[in-house]
Amino acid sequence: MTETMTDPQPAAAGGPLDPASLEAAVAEALAALAAAADLTDLAAVRAAHVDGRSAALVLARQKLGSLPREDRADAGRRLNDALGAVRDAHATRLAELTAERDARVLVEERVDVTMPTRRRHAGARHPLAVLSERLVDTFVAMGYEVAEGPEVEHDWFNFEALNFYPDHPARSEHDTLFVEPAGTGRVLRTHTSPVQVRALLSRPLPVYVVAPGRTYRNDTVDATHSPVFGQLECLAVDEGITMADLRGTLEVFAAELFGTGLTTRLRPSYFPFTEPSAELDVQCFNCRGESARQPCRVCSDEGWIEAGGCGMVDPNVLRAAGIDATRYSGFAFGMGLERAAMMRHGVREIRDFVDGDVRFSLPFGIEG
Amino acid sequence: MLILMSWLREQVPGLPPARAVADALIRAGFEVEGVEAVGQGLTGVVVGEVLAIEEVAAKKKSVRWCQVRVAAPAAADPAVSDQDAGVRGVICGAFNFAVGDRIAVALPGAVLPGGFEITARKTYGHVSDGMICSASELGIGEDHDGIMVLPPGAPLGAHVAELLDLADDVLDIAITPDRGYALSIRGIAREAATAFGLSYADADGSVDSTDAGGAARAGAGGVADAGAGYPVTVEDTTACDRYVARVITGVDPAAATPLRWARRLSLSGMRPISAAVDVTNVIMLGLGQPLHAFDRAKLSGAIVVRRARAGERLLTLDGVDRTLDPEDLVIADDSGPIALAGVMGGASTEISASTTDIVLEAAHFDPIVVARGARRHRLFSEASRRFERGVDPALPPAAAQAAIRLFTELAGGRAEPGLTDVDHRRAPSAIRFPLSEPTRLGGRLYSDESVRGRLTDVGCLLEDDGADEGAVLVTPPSWRPDLTRPADLVEEVMRLEGYDTIPVTLPRLPAGRGLTPSQRHVRAVARALAYEGLTEVMTLPFVGAGTADLLGLPDNDRRRAAVRIANPIAEDAAYLRTTLLPGLFDAAARNIGRGDPDIALFEIGQVFREPREPARPVPTPSVLTRPSQDEVAALDAALPEQPRRVAGVLAGLREPATVLPGHAVAGSAGGGALAKGRPADWADAVEAAHAAARAVGVELTATADEHAPWHPGRCAALWVDGELVGHAGELHPRVIGAAGLPPRTVAFELGLEELFAAALRRGPVEAPVVSPYPPADRDVALVVEAAIPVTEVTAALREGAGELLESLTLFDVFEGAQIGAGRRSLAFGLRLRAIDRTLTAEEANGIRDAAVAEATRRTGAALRA
Repeated sequence: MTETMTDPQPAAAGGPLDPASLEAAVAEALAALAAAADLTDLAAVRAAHVDGRSAALVLARQKLGSLPREDRADAGRRLNDALGAVRDAHATRLAELTAERDARVLVEERVDVTMPTRRRHAGARHPLAVLSERLVDTFVAMGYEVAEGPEVEHDWFNFEALNFYPDHPARSEHDTLFVEPAGTGRVLRTHTSPVQVRALLSRPLPVYVVAPGRTYRNDTVDATHSPVFGQLECLAVDEGITMADLRGTLEVFAAELFGTGLTTRLRPSYFPFTEPSAELDVQCFNCRGESARQPCRVCSDEGWIEAGGCGMVDPNVLRAAGIDATRYSGFAFGMGLERAAMMRHGVREIRDFVDGDVRFSLPFGIEG
Repeated sequence: MLILMSWLREQVPGLPPARAVADALIRAGFEVEGVEAVGQGLTGVVVGEVLAIEEVAAKKKSVRWCQVRVAAPAAADPAVSDQDAGVRGVICGAFNFAVGDRIAVALPGAVLPGGFEITARKTYGHVSDGMICSASELGIGEDHDGIMVLPPGAPLGAHVAELLDLADDVLDIAITPDRGYALSIRGIAREAATAFGLSYADADGSVDSTDAGGAARAGAGGVADAGAGYPVTVEDTTACDRYVARVITGVDPAAATPLRWARRLSLSGMRPISAAVDVTNVIMLGLGQPLHAFDRAKLSGAIVVRRARAGERLLTLDGVDRTLDPEDLVIADDSGPIALAGVMGGASTEISASTTDIVLEAAHFDPIVVARGARRHRLFSEASRRFERGVDPALPPAAAQAAIRLFTELAGGRAEPGLTDVDHRRAPSAIRFPLSEPTRLGGRLYSDESVRGRLTDVGCLLEDDGADEGAVLVTPPSWRPDLTRPADLVEEVMRLEGYDTIPVTLPRLPAGRGLTPSQRHVRAVARALAYEGLTEVMTLPFVGAGTADLLGLPDNDRRRAAVRIANPIAEDAAYLRTTLLPGLFDAAARNIGRGDPDIALFEIGQVFREPREPARPVPTPSVLTRPSQDEVAALDAALPEQPRRVAGVLAGLREPATVLPGHAVAGSAGGGALAKGRPADWADAVEAAHAAARAVGVELTATADEHAPWHPGRCAALWVDGELVGHAGELHPRVIGAAGLPPRTVAFELGLEELFAAALRRGPVEAPVVSPYPPADRDVALVVEAAIPVTEVTAALREGAGELLESLTLFDVFEGAQIGAGRRSLAFGLRLRAIDRTLTAEEANGIRDAAVAEATRRTGAALRA
């Protein structure tokens, strides 16, 4: 059979496309790919053995055209097989080395995530502002609206319309700061109660308002006193308002301030602008009234916390606002914000509220 | 008011232990602030007799070596001779006792109040075998004369605690201003009796007890005789509607107040002084009627109750020579004023150690007259406190009679028969009271029976109202001037029935409207600044007179229109702030002083500025009707302007030092600008102001301004809708120095009213139409005069670019020789985009050129070559 072949096969036998040469080229390429240590190596191997100009298989393809027509198909098939094998091997190695590289880089990029991460200073709201807003929200949720008034107030609003006649003995308990010139009747409001009068004069009945704000007394700053302090006032005037409604409202308030499940107590007391009047005591949230058995620093073993003054709006106050006291009745309630915050948060010195030391406020954050 | 339980029990037999009484009183509205047990735990203190005294000279003080017998001779050990029985030596430093006196001796082993244990110890060369006690050491009162000398009849060896009935309780009760009657044993006794359903005999002529305890028991009209007493003329019968005078003669000026009464006075908080003074105090504590004793020998002529005359003076018992005011009500005689009525007596007629004849005053003065007098002279006495709160006008004759009995008992006096009683009391008026009123206001049912019963407990007289079956006519008792209206009676019924019987309900509210926009806005501003890293403070709003100068404010600045406090807490803080900055400066300095150099503080609050028209007195509206709108407006017009503002101050590092690398490159930690932190500068102040404004949806516009207290070259005026809202920037170096702040401190301050008004004008946000097409970005570098503000250039670019300009970013500012002196290069990025198509290169370039052209036209900007 071989003798009958007319075409000698010197090209196939000795050229790059003969099976032995291709096999050798493939073997060489596979060895080089396997030997490539990293992606840089692999890129060089690819140039040298896969698709670079000097790669043996690339050179072999150039020879394909010079083969005798009858040999081309076989040679072409052999060449494609060889190229396929080399390209597959390259792709496999590329994937291997890429994965190796990625794994190495992620390890190298490891950081210490426990390092301090703050790149900007933290800010905070004032604890009294946050507490005030929280309590206001409780009342607003019940349908109350927020009423406001000036801090320098006229005596008529601060005292007279609230049934403190000019020489009322209760006035002396207010340690009022008076504003010059004398005789103009201007005072720094001693409580938020003048807002009651303003609300009754400016709003249609029924009136349900809550009034937070700053108030003033002639006290020097020390651990337990401040000339400036916050109060929260609540006023409801409507037909059929009773002392029972006051109790119920106070229980909602006390639960918001100190937590649920605490009993409240009203003690008869006296304020010129309420009659009947009462002091509100809330069962101590710390000892829950068990201070007899265990000393309690929150309530000083009283078992109760004084939370504010309240009562039914005095008919004289309603009269000064032109409201018929035989048809309408109302309750009012006022409490000191500092005292509530001191109880709730264990603040030891009232001066902390006015000193403005950042270390005091920061733990309260934005929402308290 | 200190209430001694033993005294109270005398008036109300059958009371339970002190704690239970205290709880019942609290429930009835009497704030018992303390229950103190006195004379408790006192053991081993016995009656002794002083047998001999030997002076022992010591270095600084001399003491006495006393021989005291502490047991009756018969009871002594028979093995010991009579002479020595129960005799021991005791060192004592007091000198107010003599041989033969009986005294209280604490034997070794005795425990005194406070846990102080007595032992025999060597001192001053002797073994002191016990201690001779003073009243305070026994816990039964104040010291006045050293050792407590017991009555001669006190049995030797008897236990002092038992002998003197020392175990007692003192209630400390805070009396509210409406309840003058409760400033007495009499008033509290009635309340305690009511609380426990016990009987209490007050009025009805039970004043005849010669027992001194009867001092606490009196009533209206319990006086036997009348007739001419000491001459008294009352000129002002409104200010003094009752004046009773009695004359007592033959008082022993040397009489000592018995221990029993001295103890009661001490434990009630009053110093025993002399029998005459002590009697008036006992009556005042017991009945609530202040009395005054004049030395008859020092009186000249009739007593006159009148207003003071201009120029009159009075030396009061506290040693102060006072100029009287024509409004002062005085007691006078021919010599002029001898007492400030209801407040304090005068020195000229004071009881002395030689007084034997006394004119006793028991009067009723108008509460307001006394209150004004006391306040005018800053003289607040036990008497004025009671008169101011209301004393029972029916009491004077009975109180005088009770005092006379006590004088007779304690100091041997004798009452002259005459009684002066100038009585101008008005007849009490009845209150028409619907019996349903407590139910209407209480939210529970109060039966007619319980309402009537409680009012009777209070001492009211009830008559049926002929016209109305559901109402009664209530005449309050003479000691309850506070009961004038149905509401007052409602409180009596409710408190005696117990507030704890009131049910718990909630009112049914109409729908509320929630917070107003400005109330929401305040919160938004505060929260935004806190998220920006600023901490909210609430500083004291008081400033000194020099604050405006410290801030470098010009003469006509509104921030100089400060409101002054008439009675400031401190003279150097007598004004109210007109700007929030001074308080923030103080808070910043305080934080820095405490070791924190990085400051970012803000405050929201009212400032106070006098109106341009000076405040004038305005007529006060009546409280009997609703004031007119004009009247309310007049009151408001008299008030200072009180706008709310927000301000902040920043110093030190705005961004803290960090060890974090700027980028994720391993090994770069520890270096670079980021690691050192970034100091706050003027832009941080402006940006904080922007943050506050953006929180309420307002974009501020900055212009350069020169405005104290800011650095004239680093101060931005901030505007919205053509209105000035505030300022921000670096503070003036002089202000920084004066305020003790670190160099380059920055600050901002905005008017919230202006800001919120702008926010309200905004209405709902109109949503932008977002284009899905790709943007065309074009950069331009413009060279402009350095004095031209960036905002002018950006405004021109925006105008020139028109609607297709989506955003404009300044990304580089360059000054240098290449540009030329006094000029700078501003590099902007223009992002262009159309809503309906992709812009072509030609379109984009055209827009860019138009923008540059407008900038050139307005600002002379040239494209950088």
